[in-house]
Amino acid sequence: MERPILEVKHFHAWFGDHEVVKDVNLTLYRNKVIAVMGPSGCGKTTFLRCINRMHELTPGARTEGEILLEGENIYEMSPIVLRLRVGMVFQRPNPFPHLTIYENVLAGYLLNNIPLSRTEKDAIVEDSLRKAALWNEVKDNLKKKGNFLSGGQQQRLCIARAIAMKPDILLLDEPTSALDPISTAGIEELTQELKKNYTLILVTHNMQQAARVSDETAFFYMGELVEFAPTRQIFTAPRDQRTQNYITGRFS
Amino acid sequence: MLVHSFKHIRHRQIRSTLIRVVIVCFTLLTLLPLLYILAYIIRRGIGAINWSFFVELPKPVGERGGGIANALTGSVLIVALATLMAVPVGLSSALYLSEHSRGKLAGFIRLCIEVLTGIPSIVVGIVAYYWLVRPMNSFSAFSGSVALAIMMLPIMIRSAEETLKRFPVHLREASLALGVPYYKTILKVLLPCSLSGVLSGIMLSIARVIGETAPLLFTAFGNPYLSFNIFHPMHSLPLLIYNYAISPYDSWHQLAWGAAWVLLMWILLLNVLTRIMIRKWSVRY
Repeated sequence: MERPILEVKHFHAWFGDHEVVKDVNLTLYRNKVIAVMGPSGCGKTTFLRCINRMHELTPGARTEGEILLEGENIYEMSPIVLRLRVGMVFQRPNPFPHLTIYENVLAGYLLNNIPLSRTEKDAIVEDSLRKAALWNEVKDNLKKKGNFLSGGQQQRLCIARAIAMKPDILLLDEPTSALDPISTAGIEELTQELKKNYTLILVTHNMQQAARVSDETAFFYMGELVEFAPTRQIFTAPRDQRTQNYITGRFS
Repeated sequence: MLVHSFKHIRHRQIRSTLIRVVIVCFTLLTLLPLLYILAYIIRRGIGAINWSFFVELPKPVGERGGGIANALTGSVLIVALATLMAVPVGLSSALYLSEHSRGKLAGFIRLCIEVLTGIPSIVVGIVAYYWLVRPMNSFSAFSGSVALAIMMLPIMIRSAEETLKRFPVHLREASLALGVPYYKTILKVLLPCSLSGVLSGIMLSIARVIGETAPLLFTAFGNPYLSFNIFHPMHSLPLLIYNYAISPYDSWHQLAWGAAWVLLMWILLLNVLTRIMIRKWSVRY
């Protein structure tokens, strides 16, 4: 049996007194795209932000239960080491406006003062941008700031920045919600390439997107993990009535 | 009905033009004193400006010529020292205020800064006198710098805080999510992104205190000779202007006009540089 990359055991998360994630249990394996879907306010983004401990940065936030990354409890790890192993791409493209495209890809190394030789830098930049399907569009402008890029290109730059750190897991928090349909298609296509090297956890409120790109889907409702199953099964034969209601559009 | 509404529109147009005229007139009125001061000082001061004006010491009464070298170097030194003192304190306070903007302590600090803005400059001078000049038993450029630094703080802090507060959460998160520790996020992302605002705050605060006379009266005191020792009395442009302008000698009046011209140009230059900097280095989020 393959060793799971991420195990979530009896996990809860709160903002103050408000319990946002309730008793989630989940086991994830390598090289898959896992979609986390559910209506707004169901706790899916909060759950995602717990996996790299971004949740705890909000004042009043706390958690209970365990998340194991390759058997190691992430709440016993340094959040800095954890975030190097679990990359994140946000809802809104957020390249650093004071850095060039080249520096943006290397931001994780530069900002952490991780020393790299010139050749290593060049190799990482090219490799990451190729994997993020952005290389051909920016290879002549690497030394320029990224603000002339389109939203979709900026988002791919952020993906390149995250995968430059060679993470085990890549968290994607509604990465296409601020993008136009063509850019969205580009990012979705990219997920299929990326899963060859990484494990992707994708939060989306868009069912079609979950159906198109994911291997497994977790359906969250009111903070609970209602159902977790292969995507095909979720969309064709959901076990829970609430999943059924959601995918048939009774609520959104 | 239609005719009525046409009349109504015409009425509005007239009123709109009238208000525009009034606004333009009042704007010109506020510019008038500024332009007048500028023109007057340039006209009176420019005659004193030549090479020896910048490199020579003031001549004794009765001799023509002479320069303001002592006051010029003094002003540069005192203000530079004041900036060195004020920047670390000001920047740290601004960072604290922007990072913990809702805390009780932040509210208290803000109140203190507001009060500090309102304290008359002569009072700051007296405080520096009691803190430093008396215990050290000597007037000094150092005590003058401390007085000016105190006056620089509120402007610097306000301007830096405003810029730092505009830094968006999504960039902070981008940095933290890359495993960058908090303090490095501050140093390598927040500060570089806010550079133009922070620097312009520093420049504006320099422009604000460079012409201050009152805080230097009992601190730097003035010195007819060229001095580079910060623990001794030192001359400065505003002190020189004050002393010479109230003197009965024409040649000293001339030096005072020249010094006023230099001061004015300095402030103008700082403001122009600040504008250029904001345009060039400001980061749009």
